[in-house]
This record gives sequence, structure tokens and C-alpha cells, in this order.
Amino acid sequence: MMILSGDPPRSRVLSALLIVIVALLALAPFLFPGAKPLNVATKICVFAALVASYDLLLGYTGTVSFAHTMFYGIGSYGIAIALYTLGPTWTAVGAGLACGLPLAVLLALAIGLFSLRVQAIFFAMITLAVASAFLVLASQLSGLTGGEDGRSFQLPELLRPGTVFAKGVFGITVSGRTLTYYIVFVGAAAMILALLRVVNSPFGRVLQAIRENRFRAEALGYRTVFHLTLANCIAALVAAFAGALNALWLRYAGPDTSLAFSIMLDILLMVVIGGMGTIYGAIIGAVIFILAQNYLQALMGLASSAAADAGLPLLPGLLHPDRWLLWLGLLFIASVYFFPTGVVGRLRGAARQ
Amino acid sequence: MSDLLTLAGVHTHIGRYHILQGVDLTAREGRTTMLLGRNGAGKTTTLRTIMGLWPASSGTITLAGTRIEALATPDIATRGIGYVPETMAVFSDLTVKENLILAARTGPLDDAQLAWIFQFFPALKKFWLSSAGTLSGGQKQMLSIARAIVEPRKLLLIDEPTKGLAPAIVGALIDCLAEIKRRGATILLVEQNFRVAEAIGDDVAVMDNGRIMYTGDMPTLAANTALQEHFLGLSLEAHQ
Repeated sequence: MMILSGDPPRSRVLSALLIVIVALLALAPFLFPGAKPLNVATKICVFAALVASYDLLLGYTGTVSFAHTMFYGIGSYGIAIALYTLGPTWTAVGAGLACGLPLAVLLALAIGLFSLRVQAIFFAMITLAVASAFLVLASQLSGLTGGEDGRSFQLPELLRPGTVFAKGVFGITVSGRTLTYYIVFVGAAAMILALLRVVNSPFGRVLQAIRENRFRAEALGYRTVFHLTLANCIAALVAAFAGALNALWLRYAGPDTSLAFSIMLDILLMVVIGGMGTIYGAIIGAVIFILAQNYLQALMGLASSAAADAGLPLLPGLLHPDRWLLWLGLLFIASVYFFPTGVVGRLRGAARQ
Repeated sequence: MSDLLTLAGVHTHIGRYHILQGVDLTAREGRTTMLLGRNGAGKTTTLRTIMGLWPASSGTITLAGTRIEALATPDIATRGIGYVPETMAVFSDLTVKENLILAARTGPLDDAQLAWIFQFFPALKKFWLSSAGTLSGGQKQMLSIARAIVEPRKLLLIDEPTKGLAPAIVGALIDCLAEIKRRGATILLVEQNFRVAEAIGDDVAVMDNGRIMYTGDMPTLAANTALQEHFLGLSLEAHQ
């Protein structure tokens, strides 16, 4: 209970789901040694932390920000630029983190101080403008960022796929790639646990009070701009660290993988599907979304073929793999409609009854 | 007895509306000042202006000798003002316990103070770990008042605490407010219920059209039907 900061999942089904997810992710290199499954597992880890940090903003303070991918991108580019320019050393990794993370926090501080005093909608617009400007900047400063092509780089020796630590451990080769995966896994887990600690602290309670009624919280003596800005900075720090982990895994940072607005939309969907203001929802949302994104097309292909073999009318066409985005969209509309409080909210509600 | 709170020529504009039009008001230390008046007279605006939620456009507000009209709401609150808005202002997503912890700014909850609060509002003890959103209207009002008195304050601003409550709960609230008063608190209380006003008020100020029209002591107003009809448009006798 201590590790969860006194905030357990509060639903047996949810607890079981989380245990299964964490166990599968912890053993992923041994259970799913292929390249694609391991990529999916890593993406789930990175996005679970990234979405949890966004949940701190949206779910706990009610603040809508469109700059979250910018912080994620700063973390990614910090690592990429440092390793590209300084070479594949641990010093470069440290330098990337030492530049990227504070830069993300400073930008979040500046945005917060300038715009969290105004109404929520203006804050959202300002973050949108800043994030757009940063995307353009990253594309234009090609000498530093690699422009539209991004930056590929080499990892330190220890993290390279070619570095073999052991062969035949449960049938797989333990390599630098395995170590990188566990760095991502442990890093993401640490970030989520830290966020649980934050939201269950007195500071987290003030954030919830601000979400409910900002003026009421001020009438109790709380400086809401300070609390919102600090939450924004913590969220930016975690997002930047998640970006750094993602860059380490991909050995690349570019606009499409770290700054694109489609990532922001994915984060929003994952928060809503999982359940806002729960932190655990980030894990569930990331798992559902990323699995659907990666495997729905293949599943539909199988279903379409099966329907065609059975001679069923209409179904083969409806389930054609090319229509996977349509079904993904319908799936999300249905999940928001049937689970307005997200999967976690629904499961907790059922447990209360 | 010294003046704890003084408003002098306070004007407040909300958008293009000129709500407070030169309010002069005093709350004396250790006494309960009732702020009465018809709906729309500016009573709630007066309390919100004192708290800085709607800043005064001109005039001065002095708390214990310090000007506060230019301060931000959190700074005003931390100078020792407890504010109970009229809308049963609890934080619904937090538990009763968390609501009180949030209000205890100077440190952990004081057990003796809590025991005292539970004497008047036993429901708060019963629903200690329940979400405040699940409480009834009366219980929410109790929690709202409990939040204001969970630690000592120089001044309590309470806005229509009995609004919409069942008579039995109103009785408990009167007992509680009387006890808070007996302990020496200074209270500025907006109230439409004259039974409550008469039971706990020491001083009275009557507002109309954004101005104070009458100030005096409560027993004098309570005994004078003509004054009540003149300033309030009805009499306590008729109301009771």
C-alpha cells in the first residue's frame, strides 16, 4: 500500500487487470521476444507514464493543455541531440537529460506563469500556439534537430542490440536491447508511482479542490496560480523524461515520433478511455489504445477472411483491414459513450455497488 | 470594544453593473454583526468584496488595522478570515476529512477542535471518510461551516447559512453559531431568517441598493416593528 501512496485501485477487477498488465510488461522480453511485440510493450510503458502526467493536468486540475507533446519532444530531442553531437556515451545521455528536463520545466513554468492566470480556454489556446511554434522551430532548425528527418543516433555500448549479456535465458538472448527495455519499464513505473504520490499528497488535494472550484480554493488561502504552475511543471518533467526514454528505445527523435499533434490526440483519447483523475486510467488507456492501434488491423484481416470463407454477406467488406481506422474510431466513441468515467471509473463504480 | 473590520466608502462594479455604491460598515471584535436586506441589496457582494473575490473599485477595507482591499484572495484568507459562501461550498470529490484538512492551513487537525465540531454536527463524524458530494444539503452546510471554524480565525464571514435547510438543522446551526460566538469569535453574518438573526445577532446593518441604510444593535431593531417595516419591508413579528 505504501508504494501506491495509500491509493489502491479500489476494485478487484481493476487490481487483477493491473497485476496482469504489469506482470506481462515486466516479462515482455521473455514472453514476447519478437521485435513488434517488444516495440508495443515499450510504447505502452512510455505512454502509460506520459498519459499519467497528462492526467495530473487534465484529471486533477481540469487544465487542458496542448503543449504536452512539446515537453515530450524536448525530452526526446535532448537525448537525440546530445548523443548525436557528443557521441554514444553515458555522459551524453546524462547531458541530454540535464538539458532536456530543465528546459521542459522552465518552459512549463513560463507558460504557467503567463497564462494560468487567465481562463482555461485561453490557457489551452496559448499552449496550442506555443506547441505549434515549437514544432515549426524543430523542423526549421535542421542543423540542430535534423529538420523533418529528425536525428538518428547510436546508443552507449551497453544498450546496443549487439551487446550480448547472456544467451538462452528462457530461450532468449539477453542483449543491450533487453537492458534498454528494462530501463524504460523501470523508468515508467517510477514515474507513475511518483505521480501517485503527488496526487495523494496535500498538494494533490489542493489540485482537486482547484479543479472543483478555483475561487473556493483561493478563499481558503491557496494561491491557485502557484499550484497550477507547479502541477504544469511536474507534468512537463515527467513528459520530457518519457520522451527521453522513447528516444533511447527508438534511437531516433523526429517530429513525427515526438512532436506531432496526432500524439496529443492519442494522449487525450488514452486519458479519456482509461478514466480521468485516476492515474491508473493512464495504464489501462495506454494498453487498450496501443494494442488496438497495433493489432486491430491484423485482427480485422483474420475476421474478414473468416467471414469470407463462411460465405457471409457484407461482413468481409465491413471488416476489411483497410477500414481499421473507422472501427478504431467507432470503438472509441462507444467506449466514451458506455464508460463516460473511463474504464477505471466504471470498474470503481461497480465495486462500490 | 475595537473595530476588527471596517469598510469605508466601498464601491464594487461587476461588469457594467455598479453593485456596491459606497458601503460603510463596521464589525466589532467579539460581536456578531448581522447584515440584513432584501434580495439583490448587495449583501453577498459585500462579503465577496471583503474576500477579494470581486475586488473593490474604490474605498477602503481594513482588517485589524491593516488595509486589505488591494490584496489577493489567498492573502486575505491567510490574514485570518474564514468564509462560508451561500452555496454549500464543499469540495464534492474530496472526503469530509479531506475537506477539513484542506481548511486547516496552520497544521494538522486539532482533535479537541474536531470533537467540539462533532458535538454540533455529529453527521460529519459519521460520514468522515465519505465523499462530500454524497452528503445531504444540510450536511454540506455543516461541513462548510466546520471548514471555517476548524482552526481559529479572526473573522468569520457567513453567507445565509440556513438557506434551504430543514428547521431541525437550522436549530443545530443556531446552537453552533451561538457557541462560536460565545467563544469570542467575530462574525459578519448575512441572513434572511429573522429568527436566526434575532437569536445570535449583536449588531445589525441593513443594506439596500448597494448602501448601508441603517446600523444599530439587534435588540433595538427586533423590538421596533416600525423600523423593521421601514428598512426591511416587513416585521419580525409578521415573519415569525
